[in-house]
Amino acid sequence: MSEVILNGKFIGNVENPQKLVDSFQEERRKGKIHYSINIYQDKVLNQVMIESSKGRAIRPLIVVKDGKSLLTDKHLEQIQKNELTFSDLVNQGVIEYLDAMEEEAALVSFNEKGITLNHTHMEILPLAIVGLCTSLVPFGNFNQSTRLNAGSKNQKQALGLYTANYLVRMDMDVNILQTPQIPVVKTIMHDSCDYEKHPSGQNVVVAILSFDGYNMEDAILLNKASVERGFARSTYYRPVITEELRYSGGLIDEISVPDKDVKGYKTEKDYRLLEGDGIIYPEAVIAEGDVVIGKTSPPRFLSSLDEYNLTTSSRRESSMTIKHGEKGIVDFILLTENNEGNKLVQVRLRDQRIPEMGDKFTSRHGQKGVIGLIIDTEDMPYSASGIVPDIIFNPHGIPSRMTMSHLIELIGGKVGSLAGRYIDGTAFESEQHVDLRKELARMGFREDGTETFYNGRTGEMLKAQIFVGDMYYLKLKHMVSNKVHARARGPIQLLTRQPTEGRAKEGGLRLGEMEKDTFVSHGVASLLKERFDSDKVAVPVCIKSGLIGYYDKRKDRLVSPIYGEGAEMAYVEMSYAFKLLLDELKSFGIYPKLELEDKY
Amino acid sequence: MEALYKEYQDKISGKLLSDIKEAMPEKYTKSQLKEILDLVAEEYEVSKIEAGESVGLVSAQSVGEPGTQMTLNTFHFAGVAEFNVTVGLPRIIEILDGRKKISTPMMEIYLKGPYAKGKDIKKIAESIKQTEFRDFIREISLEITEGILEVTIDLDKLKRVDLKEVKLMKILEKALKGFTLKQDKNKVIIKTKGKQESISELYKAKEKIKSIYVSGIKGILQVLPVKREEEFIIMTAGSNLKEIFKLDYVDTDRTLTNDIFEIRDILGIEAARQAVINEVFKVIENQGLNVDIRHIMLISDTMSFTGKVRGITRYGVVNDKSSVLARASFETPVKHIINAALIGETDPLSSVVENVMINQMIPVGTGLPKLVAQINKKEDKKKK
Repeated sequence: MSEVILNGKFIGNVENPQKLVDSFQEERRKGKIHYSINIYQDKVLNQVMIESSKGRAIRPLIVVKDGKSLLTDKHLEQIQKNELTFSDLVNQGVIEYLDAMEEEAALVSFNEKGITLNHTHMEILPLAIVGLCTSLVPFGNFNQSTRLNAGSKNQKQALGLYTANYLVRMDMDVNILQTPQIPVVKTIMHDSCDYEKHPSGQNVVVAILSFDGYNMEDAILLNKASVERGFARSTYYRPVITEELRYSGGLIDEISVPDKDVKGYKTEKDYRLLEGDGIIYPEAVIAEGDVVIGKTSPPRFLSSLDEYNLTTSSRRESSMTIKHGEKGIVDFILLTENNEGNKLVQVRLRDQRIPEMGDKFTSRHGQKGVIGLIIDTEDMPYSASGIVPDIIFNPHGIPSRMTMSHLIELIGGKVGSLAGRYIDGTAFESEQHVDLRKELARMGFREDGTETFYNGRTGEMLKAQIFVGDMYYLKLKHMVSNKVHARARGPIQLLTRQPTEGRAKEGGLRLGEMEKDTFVSHGVASLLKERFDSDKVAVPVCIKSGLIGYYDKRKDRLVSPIYGEGAEMAYVEMSYAFKLLLDELKSFGIYPKLELEDKY
Repeated sequence: MEALYKEYQDKISGKLLSDIKEAMPEKYTKSQLKEILDLVAEEYEVSKIEAGESVGLVSAQSVGEPGTQMTLNTFHFAGVAEFNVTVGLPRIIEILDGRKKISTPMMEIYLKGPYAKGKDIKKIAESIKQTEFRDFIREISLEITEGILEVTIDLDKLKRVDLKEVKLMKILEKALKGFTLKQDKNKVIIKTKGKQESISELYKAKEKIKSIYVSGIKGILQVLPVKREEEFIIMTAGSNLKEIFKLDYVDTDRTLTNDIFEIRDILGIEAARQAVINEVFKVIENQGLNVDIRHIMLISDTMSFTGKVRGITRYGVVNDKSSVLARASFETPVKHIINAALIGETDPLSSVVENVMINQMIPVGTGLPKLVAQINKKEDKKKK
């Protein structure tokens, strides 16, 4: 007797659970039960669980019976002739889908060689144990699993040709690599997912070498000549979108060059690039603060006074401007209507991004790093045969991370580039690195991939032999130009009079609680005070009442809130935030009385 | 020589002086000794903390930073009787918060004379362990028809703790008033005293008898005799310092508990101070971290100098701060401000936090020294 549970609900008992499971699976393989329904017998709980709910991850495996794979050579032949498709195999019961639950009862062989009588299934491909992105890591089976995760995560952030119709699209935050290449070291997944149609990196010569400490802590060094030849150039697209919104009362936004009497009118200079229709012209070079689309909106609140006051416009300015720290060229303008029938204006900006110090790059093995220096070609180390590397990678990144695939790809890329062929780096089924090294030796290179290098500045030979080869490098979407930020003075918040936060608001970098503690523990009292002076104010305090008064400009006198004019008062310097605290206490009905004392 | 040592009594601490005395070779001249003492005195002076150094904050940082690297976990004590010990960050938090109930109280009981060499070690250990009646029960059966409760006792277990059946019966009789007990070999039959057989009374009794205290010391839940460097000690889960100290074979000088409040109650605040230091340092050492013990000493001092053990929480050390603003800046500000307003408290702004709040010079480091003006009275008069 065993309970049968369907999608977590008890539906009945069964006398022979094993028989149920066996016949269920048999029927499913015949196609009588849908392939996505799974069954599992839990012997501990004495339950048979059947799942047909959505949201379960299922994966295909080849069925093995009596120690033999059901997928025969005949099947393969037919597939090659296009007589058979994948779904035919599923329908025939050669391939079936298991979910995490049913997989618990299965014994899956890694490959055909490993099949024993106990096995129930076989992997379609050893590579299938990892996902799509991870299968794009060449020689991935030589790595620690965490590095594979890092490698596949990095690849998702790489710039490339994400779609071919990007010129007519208005996607937000788009980066396009200008000259992407197909990797020399490929995996089977590159072919099956049409990677050559949307590549996202470039093949470069990489030398593993340190250089004046400019590549410490995972930084990489670029050859200036490579950058000038166009390595890793990308274009950044960002649309500015606005619409003519309709408000209640028949009022509507207007896209036009704002009149001078509009509330919040900027300067004439800011509107200089707008054409008659209030929209900027294509190929205009713009920078911070420039208006891209001129727009005015009706007033927020209609007061009765305004209705009679028709002489001055009460409309307010609501143009789209370029935000702080941005620049570019107007690339494309699109005028349409949206679903509500409002006029919609989209202006796409374009900005060329040439690699600069601080841009992030990675190989396909989780070996990411930022550019530490772009070296003049004359100063670059060069090999005995005159090869100057495009990238110098720091050797300290290797031992602790143990990314063997990084090194093997370097050799593979070298062989591929020299022999003029693609190298297969599919995990578990790649070309053997021993063979690659032999091939390298046959082509007249040192078998271990090292070469003699010379110091570019002095011409001296480097004492060590330098490991050099070809690799596929990816430019990641994190570029400094989107992130650099510094401020000495700038906007403050209305309430607290403290600096604003964040790059977009030109904000300050907060010196937080723990940072404050470091000042205290160093005993630098004056420096700490100065750092927190961002909201300092000097307020007049009434000595008698201990409350903050004010300065009456007309009478040129200080006024105490209790004792009025003529009370004895003194200016006290404090942080505005503290003044706020005192005000808040007063609002509670607490009387915060300041007792003043001579400072010196 | 002694005169020379005396001369330096004010310059060098007593502990250092006696250390020097011990470390000196057999033969030396007076001038040599003087040279040594001078050097030590100089070094001693240099090592002293300067006025205005923010020692508290440096201590907090020195303990706090390694705390971020600690693995947050309890670890399992390998042995026959399995017991868990809270270590790592949770333990440090527990100590510094001054929790009354710690999660895993433990004792290390040292024994005197022959017992330390392993005499009767197992027997002693078993006798210390708190036993309840449930530990001796093999089976309980409730006969509803006859209205009796039949309990089968494990006689072997009784023998192990050296307890006579008669004594056990006496304990049971004392605990179960309103019931009649009868012994039949290894069976105890319990009946209600009244004529009316109350089944619900029996049901209650069935649960009650399980937790009747029988023997051992209350609070000692597990015992584990361990051999440590040629000597047998007893490690226990659960702690009861007071009762353990009453046993005459226990070496009270070395016996330890990790319950700081128990130490304070029985051995006094000085011992509790040392216990905090030892416990915190033990955790930090166990994690393979390195914190100067003086930081921990400072923390322990602030926790214990009032004579009570105060935790570093809003109810403990922080609650006793004199400044309203300082208290308000650390958790539950409304409570402190309202209370201060009620009694009209004055904040003299004499500490660090308040002065950071109002952005004034903090009285620490370079902010500490003040100018004192000497006003020449004669000149003042001349001007007038």
